[in-house]
Amino acid sequence: MTGTGVGPELIRLTDVEAGYGHAPVLHSVDLHVHQDQFSGIVGPSGSGKTTLLRLLLGIVKPMSGTITTQPGLRTAYVPQLETVNWDFPITVRECVLMSGSSAREQRRLWPWASAEENDRAHAVLARLGIEALADRQIRQLSGGQQQRMFLARALYRRPQLLLLDEPTSGVDVSTRHDVLHLLADLHADGVAIVLTTHDLNGMAAHLPHLVCVNHRVIADGTPEQVIRPEVLEQTFGARMEVLEHLGMRVVVDERPEHVMRVQP
Amino acid sequence: MDQILEPFGYVFFREALLVAGLSGALLGFIGVFIVLRGMSYIGHGLSHSIFGGFAAVQLFAAQFYVLGAGLWGIASALAINTVTKRSRLGADAAIGVITTASFALGVALFARFGTSGPSFESALFGSILGISPEQILWLVLVSLLAVAFVFLRYRALLFSTFDPEVADVSGIRVNRIEAQLMVILSLSILATLTVIGVTLVAAMLVIPAVVARMLTDSFGRMLAWSTGIGTVSGLVGMYVSYYADVPSGTMIVLVGAAIFLVVFAFAGRARRRRSAGLDSHVEPVPASSVVRQ
Repeated sequence: MTGTGVGPELIRLTDVEAGYGHAPVLHSVDLHVHQDQFSGIVGPSGSGKTTLLRLLLGIVKPMSGTITTQPGLRTAYVPQLETVNWDFPITVRECVLMSGSSAREQRRLWPWASAEENDRAHAVLARLGIEALADRQIRQLSGGQQQRMFLARALYRRPQLLLLDEPTSGVDVSTRHDVLHLLADLHADGVAIVLTTHDLNGMAAHLPHLVCVNHRVIADGTPEQVIRPEVLEQTFGARMEVLEHLGMRVVVDERPEHVMRVQP
Repeated sequence: MDQILEPFGYVFFREALLVAGLSGALLGFIGVFIVLRGMSYIGHGLSHSIFGGFAAVQLFAAQFYVLGAGLWGIASALAINTVTKRSRLGADAAIGVITTASFALGVALFARFGTSGPSFESALFGSILGISPEQILWLVLVSLLAVAFVFLRYRALLFSTFDPEVADVSGIRVNRIEAQLMVILSLSILATLTVIGVTLVAAMLVIPAVVARMLTDSFGRMLAWSTGIGTVSGLVGMYVSYYADVPSGTMIVLVGAAIFLVVFAFAGRARRRRSAGLDSHVEPVPASSVVRQ
């Protein structure tokens, strides 16, 4: 993952093998995440793309190979929406403030937020356009608003590296656009971004850099370099056709009429 | 009027009332975390497990039964944690094996050797009698410890309860917080054991928190409500048990259940649904053992 340019290296994976139990999901992965990274990891279900994200997060340890992380790297993580209990009794503001629990803020001796923290939370919520919802219980948000809240919680940490797991699954088209624009803004502000996605047309084609994964890194590069029939076939195990529309790559199933026929 | 106030003339009753109120408050307070983490069954299991330790230790050194049972409870809590994390066994299976075996051992020892400490029945269902000054002191200390723990680790505790995986990535030592909570839980069960009883203590961990959840959407207010409801259940339950002449734990739980029914009947449907979602909590397993790609 050489990124879209240079800049200091944040994380380096060298010949990494990883998995759960005894079965490795990923083989011989070499990746570099740089400060100016803005990459999408694409691949089918079970290909190891979430495992790769978890390696970068440090939740999964490699079975062999090495991972070098810049000392003191501030990482923030946006998980999939269904990983939490939305009936939990907290407000949007409380959820955002929670993630301020960095080592320094964790050592504080009182539970309530300082004026400075409240201001910071407000600013982050305003940036995501959900400041009016700050005192709502989290169940009362729409899917798109919940996704923004997770992003707010991540940004509150002022991360150098932002990792997102399928940030646009389960949200509507307009939220997907907003998320993409926000990520582009953050990247312009100097935040490195790596996300997983299975949405080739709606997400991957709009990113500056892609990594195709199917138990190993099949290819990486710009969308023009990797959104090609031969790479997609190796990654997804199915033939796909790539069209060009207004300078964007559009992926379609090779024989849609065949797919139509087998459906009941 | 005199009849209503009559029991207050006895020192033992005033002490029993103090212990019952404080026990209810402590269990209501800790119960919020137990319920929101989907750990109700752990509370249930731990109380049974502690009974085993209690029966075993008082055979050898009756005067140290509190200490022994406490260590036993902490050991089983940590054993459950370890078994759940190291193996593919679910937490419920681990709790079922470890704590039920411990309870069975306790019953067997009691049946064979009898007791020199609190009676079998009062350990099981709670008793108004035999509350010693040491027990009061012990309960006060555990309550202060629980409050201090929650106050000082508020955010880390809240974050690891709500979203353990992201908390872990954000630099919170989720496993350590969880182990600390288990220790506090064991100590709380032990401190309230004689007044509420091992078989009923789990209900007092769950009922106040569930009622509180129906009353509010705010975590801070839920803590306050749950503590308050626990206190009221303890006080009223103890008072009623004096007149009804039944073990105190039974009445404390029944008063809690009555409060639950009243709130449930008057709460709107949306509020009921909030507490219905309580057990659909994502299991707080370590991220490394989750197989997901």
